[in-house]
Amino acid sequence: MDTLISGLAILAHWDVMVALLIGSIGGVIIGALPGVGPAIAIAILLPATFSFEPIVGLTLLLGIYGSSMYGGAIPAILINTPGTPVNALTTYDGYPMTKRGEGHRAVSLAYTASFFGGVFSILCLIVLSPLLAWIAPHFGSREIFLAAFLGILLVVVAHRGQTFAAGMLAFLGIFLNTVGLEPVKYTKRYTFDQSWLASGFDLIVVVLGLFAISQAFLLLIERDHTPERATVSGSMMSGFKELLGIKRIATVSSSLGVLMGMIPGVGEFTAQFLSYTYAQKSSKTPELFGKGSPEGLVASEAANIAVPAAAMIPLLALGIPGEALTAMMLTVFYVHNVIPGPQLFADQLDFVMALYMALILLNVIVLVFLLFSTNLLLRIMQIPTRFLGMMILTLSFIGVYSLRNSATDCVIAMGFGVFGLILKRLNLPIVPIILGIVLGGIMEVKLRTAMAAVKTPLDFVSRPIAAILFVMILLVLILHLRTLIREHKTKQGPDPIGPDHEHSSQQG
Amino acid sequence: MAKLKMFQDLFQRYRRPGDLVFAVLFLAFAAFLLSQLGEQTVIAKRTKWYSQPALWPGIGVVGMFVFGAFHLLGSLVSPRIAGRWTEVLFWLRAAEYVLYFFIYVVLVPQLGYLPSTIVFTLFLTMRAGFRGWKACLSAVLFGIVTALIFRGFLQVKIPAGEIYQYLPDGIRSFAMIYL
Repeated sequence: MDTLISGLAILAHWDVMVALLIGSIGGVIIGALPGVGPAIAIAILLPATFSFEPIVGLTLLLGIYGSSMYGGAIPAILINTPGTPVNALTTYDGYPMTKRGEGHRAVSLAYTASFFGGVFSILCLIVLSPLLAWIAPHFGSREIFLAAFLGILLVVVAHRGQTFAAGMLAFLGIFLNTVGLEPVKYTKRYTFDQSWLASGFDLIVVVLGLFAISQAFLLLIERDHTPERATVSGSMMSGFKELLGIKRIATVSSSLGVLMGMIPGVGEFTAQFLSYTYAQKSSKTPELFGKGSPEGLVASEAANIAVPAAAMIPLLALGIPGEALTAMMLTVFYVHNVIPGPQLFADQLDFVMALYMALILLNVIVLVFLLFSTNLLLRIMQIPTRFLGMMILTLSFIGVYSLRNSATDCVIAMGFGVFGLILKRLNLPIVPIILGIVLGGIMEVKLRTAMAAVKTPLDFVSRPIAAILFVMILLVLILHLRTLIREHKTKQGPDPIGPDHEHSSQQG
Repeated sequence: MAKLKMFQDLFQRYRRPGDLVFAVLFLAFAAFLLSQLGEQTVIAKRTKWYSQPALWPGIGVVGMFVFGAFHLLGSLVSPRIAGRWTEVLFWLRAAEYVLYFFIYVVLVPQLGYLPSTIVFTLFLTMRAGFRGWKACLSAVLFGIVTALIFRGFLQVKIPAGEIYQYLPDGIRSFAMIYL
């Protein structure tokens, strides 16, 4: 209880509240704009928060992180264009409902399902906190190494039909992390005697290039497209009542979101797939799925919104990000001098509680904002895509240049921008690169520390948690191979001749 | 023949136009990096294998090469969709915007953040095909608001423009701090 009160005291400052308000509402607007995701916004704004107090900067960016998916549901439902890639499944049932003239019902249901999923996942975080505080110190170097390895493995095998591409990009990330001066022996690695390569590639520069600048280039080069005009009318409160009738699906979907969010490398797509499948199989009207089923809509929205908060579990407790956004949040924490990991729970549990409460408040702010401003958001969405490209490119400059006023950083970011553009055009995933950079760095440091205390290879997995993680790694590999063999036997593998527009490999 | 069919089935996937070009370039890049492993990394004496500076770059480039080779293999045996060179041309079109962005980066320390941003947003808006006064005004307003919020209000680290030194005394210090 003392921790809770102490956490509240951290939050109870006007600047923290303003940051939360701006972050939450800004996140919804960013999420609602097709083509701009939370990754772009966080990467651009991160350097702007350097001068803030840690809790202020964190709540601002946490607001964007946690609220963007709310906004992404609006264009998904009303104009069949997901605001963020994870809202793609929402179009399956949301848009058919709009076509039936039930747009406001679908939007209202999406808001309430998201609110339910969001609050549910944060409550899970709070309930699990004592357990995390107890278990986190048992994670030594070898456990963290194995968990990071599991994260890389999962992000590769999770890209079904693109395993090789995800693998080569994850290894590219691992390689990029090693460029520059090696931190222990101070030897040069792949610097080609170029002084600008000696300090390596800054994660923020790479992220800005791959996510923001690539998106700006894409929007500026592609044909201009202004999202179609849409409006909603009617009570936005109706969703609360309707959700009560679908509470089983909302609860199961949120639980699956929490579970998938906790496992590094899995994320929203798997959570949505599982919850949607569950909802369809357990529904009395499975034939309506994909044609405007409220249950399908709830399953999709409750699951995807539950993931970000749950993804904070491995991030906060172990310092291991599960996907691109949490990898960026890890940078956000580091920049603000908050080091996620077992020590955070031991020494700063009140700070962790303050973050949880900020997440709950965020959900309330967003819901209230959305209930009264959906039509306003629909007008903001009318920004032509090329104009949006210009805006992103202009803002990207701040993110890159303000890091250390380096023109070299800008050139590197532009290089990654072009690379990101190519990946996006080929529908190849960007996330493995980011996770490769972050988790590769963690693995290098932890392997070095862990091996110093290991005499035989078996020692590495002799502790219970290490053994469990090792078994999980083996299980993932075996299950993946089994799936491949089954697919090959039944010839039900991914359709080699597409089209693949229904499932984007992009995230953030 | 049956073996060839099974081989194709194993590696076949959906590919977009330009996939083969990317796969070849990526593998060539990985091969180049692999060839440089001995040159660009050091094998330290009296150091265990897990602390060798060459270990992780090695893991990275070997992984890139092996997975890149399989990715290329998948590209070769998968059905081709026409439009490869049109797609490559699309990638190259990004060079134009890279150039604009670079000019903007060079201009900021000279002209100052606010003036350069206004010029950049206005130019890009017109280049993107919006020539009407409403779009141009929106671009200028966006430039002003961005500069004022980030440099003026949030005090983001962007150097003052050289040109500000020539401003009259009353405005100079204000421009150097806020614009």
